[in-house]
Amino acid sequence: MAVSIPGSVDSTLEMLTAGNYVADRSLATALHLALSLQRPLFLEGEAGVGKTEIAKVLAAQLDRRLIRLQCYEGLDIASAVYEWNYARQMVEIRLAEAAGGADREALARDIFDDRFLIKRPILQALEADDRGAPVLLIDELDRTDEPFEAFLLEVLSDFQVTIPELGPMKAAAPPIVIITSNRTREIHDALKRRCFYYWVDYPSAAREREILRVRAADAPAELSRQVVAFVHELRKMDLFKVPGVAETIDWVHALVQLDHLSLDPAAIENTLGVLLKYQDDIAKIQGSEATRILNQIKTEIAGASAIG
Amino acid sequence: MDDRALPDADGPGGGKLVDNIMHFGRALRAAGLPVGPGKVIDAIKAVQVAGITNRRDFYWTLHAVFVNRRDQRELFDQAFHVFWRNPRILERMLQVILPEFRADVPDDKEREEISRRVAEALQPPRSPNEDPGREPDEENVEFDAAMTWSDRELLRAMDFEKMSAEEVARAKVAVRDMRLPIMEVPTRRFKPSEYGRRIDLRRTMRATLRSGGDEIPLQRKKRRMRHPPLVALCDISGSMSRYSRMLLHFMHAVTSDRDRVHTFLFGTRLTNVTRYLRSRDVDDALVKVGANVDDWSGGTRIGQSLHEFNRYWGRRVLTQGAVVLLITDGLDREVGAGLANEMERLHKSCRRLIWLNPLLRFEGFAPKSIGVRAILPHVDDFRTVHSLDSLEHLADAIGRPALRRREGMERWMQELRRVEDEQRPTEGAKR
Repeated sequence: MAVSIPGSVDSTLEMLTAGNYVADRSLATALHLALSLQRPLFLEGEAGVGKTEIAKVLAAQLDRRLIRLQCYEGLDIASAVYEWNYARQMVEIRLAEAAGGADREALARDIFDDRFLIKRPILQALEADDRGAPVLLIDELDRTDEPFEAFLLEVLSDFQVTIPELGPMKAAAPPIVIITSNRTREIHDALKRRCFYYWVDYPSAAREREILRVRAADAPAELSRQVVAFVHELRKMDLFKVPGVAETIDWVHALVQLDHLSLDPAAIENTLGVLLKYQDDIAKIQGSEATRILNQIKTEIAGASAIG
Repeated sequence: MDDRALPDADGPGGGKLVDNIMHFGRALRAAGLPVGPGKVIDAIKAVQVAGITNRRDFYWTLHAVFVNRRDQRELFDQAFHVFWRNPRILERMLQVILPEFRADVPDDKEREEISRRVAEALQPPRSPNEDPGREPDEENVEFDAAMTWSDRELLRAMDFEKMSAEEVARAKVAVRDMRLPIMEVPTRRFKPSEYGRRIDLRRTMRATLRSGGDEIPLQRKKRRMRHPPLVALCDISGSMSRYSRMLLHFMHAVTSDRDRVHTFLFGTRLTNVTRYLRSRDVDDALVKVGANVDDWSGGTRIGQSLHEFNRYWGRRVLTQGAVVLLITDGLDREVGAGLANEMERLHKSCRRLIWLNPLLRFEGFAPKSIGVRAILPHVDDFRTVHSLDSLEHLADAIGRPALRRREGMERWMQELRRVEDEQRPTEGAKR
């Protein structure tokens, strides 16, 4: 029996929380709309803010199959939708020949049969499933090119694909589609129009501490507090790539692994590579700048707890 | 933020709410968001599903439908708060939107709170003002077909800077007709081809069936080719003004000839003019560019402009192996502050970086200025653009698939090393 989709914004939010995903209410609203109106949800945002994670949590919480289509430049129908199993088709033709007397029409029918069809993610997502329609994650759509985007239009508006030899294949039930983009290029409006749009932003400090509490439960509260304050300071700076939430979580894990109970200049020095991924950025922060930020946030935290 | 301001569904049909959402959609469209009737219907459905329990959910419900891009958020936010704060404002706003009723404008206090853009969008359109920069004699100039061969040759080799107004106009026409032969790079897609090197199994299978399975006629395929994106970064400072205007004509010709072309102008700051250059008519396009760029013929801050480009645009327009044209004379007001770093970053983010420098036309040009010395080590090709001929050579260079770094660059590297060696003792002496 399929787990039914949540009926309100509140229950959507609860579902995400139950899946260890700390979400803003605004995101829950967009997700709720996408689920109840059976439209794709288009998530845009910087790398590492938890876009892909939403689809995973959704699949786990609704007990649906998660089908992931990772996009890349030159992605084509053969690797995204379907392909024929040519080797088996060849064997089939030989067998028919050996048996003799096979007529062409019958052979054509046999060859282009379901048995010889290799289903790729999009076609898989259209198949009926006992647990309910699967979650189709189209990840990093901005990496692919315009022709594939145009192809997606048919899939996303009618939830059907056409295979010339077999005719149109329509979804038994529309899959739950989550599309993510890092916005390395603008996705065409025609595609966005068919979706509900949501910009996943960096979380507020309080929200990020909450995320750490859930995702890095073994980290001391003091450390998490300092880490979040430090990362938020970095996000204000003029860096080539500021750290995302994924980096914050990784950093806390790294610090815990190295038995640091709080931030100190040496700990930052040793683990900065987890947080910043460009040499220019690391060079900018390393050393005195890191110490300055550290002192600043320590004063702020001390000030906040003195008041609190 | 009182709940009273929420739209209430009047009766079971929710007639008033539906009207209000429609009017809100129209207000957004007037403010520049791409909102069509389809969106309004979507919004009404979405509100029915999500229900109106509180203002925040209502906000995010409409947001999910109407907002398509990140940069539309601000506008939506402003419009939402103005529109749904006080339903009475709605009536007044509508009077402003619809030209028939342009009687009153929201009073001053309310107007202040409307963001500038929303406010502008809600005002009746102003008459388009004439652009003062437009050259008066431009319309009736036609390329003189009777011009002798030597005339044309002369024009081709002539420096843009030395051209008379009439010659400039003729050159522009010549530029208009220039085409970039499209350099192509292999993609990961295939197309059927008789001489392809790979077997197209799918078509082979079909052909086999057609012949009844007795023979297997091999069908072949080859890689599809596609031209990479082209990004032009064009210096419009005082020292470049004559060339940059001509280059804009050239970029317009290129933009209308192929897709995936991005053009940025910089003087003291960076402006993306891609959208304006997409106008079919070149004069129209240049008027729009002129109206939206305000650092014409001033100083140059190359380092700062490239920094802006790398930070905000690099990752968005330099995908899929872009070719970059950097058009500048390298004379930097900030004498190369941070320029080398930014050039290195730019160079590492693109397929090829071609530097076009009109100063190169002078015999004995040496890489002496600090800006030039900072840029030169990071470019793959170094060319001049000062005449129609050189533009044509450029088109040729972009069209040919080439090594990443042109062989000719080695000469410049040697030259650069020589200049650096010369400079070193003098700089040492200064200190």
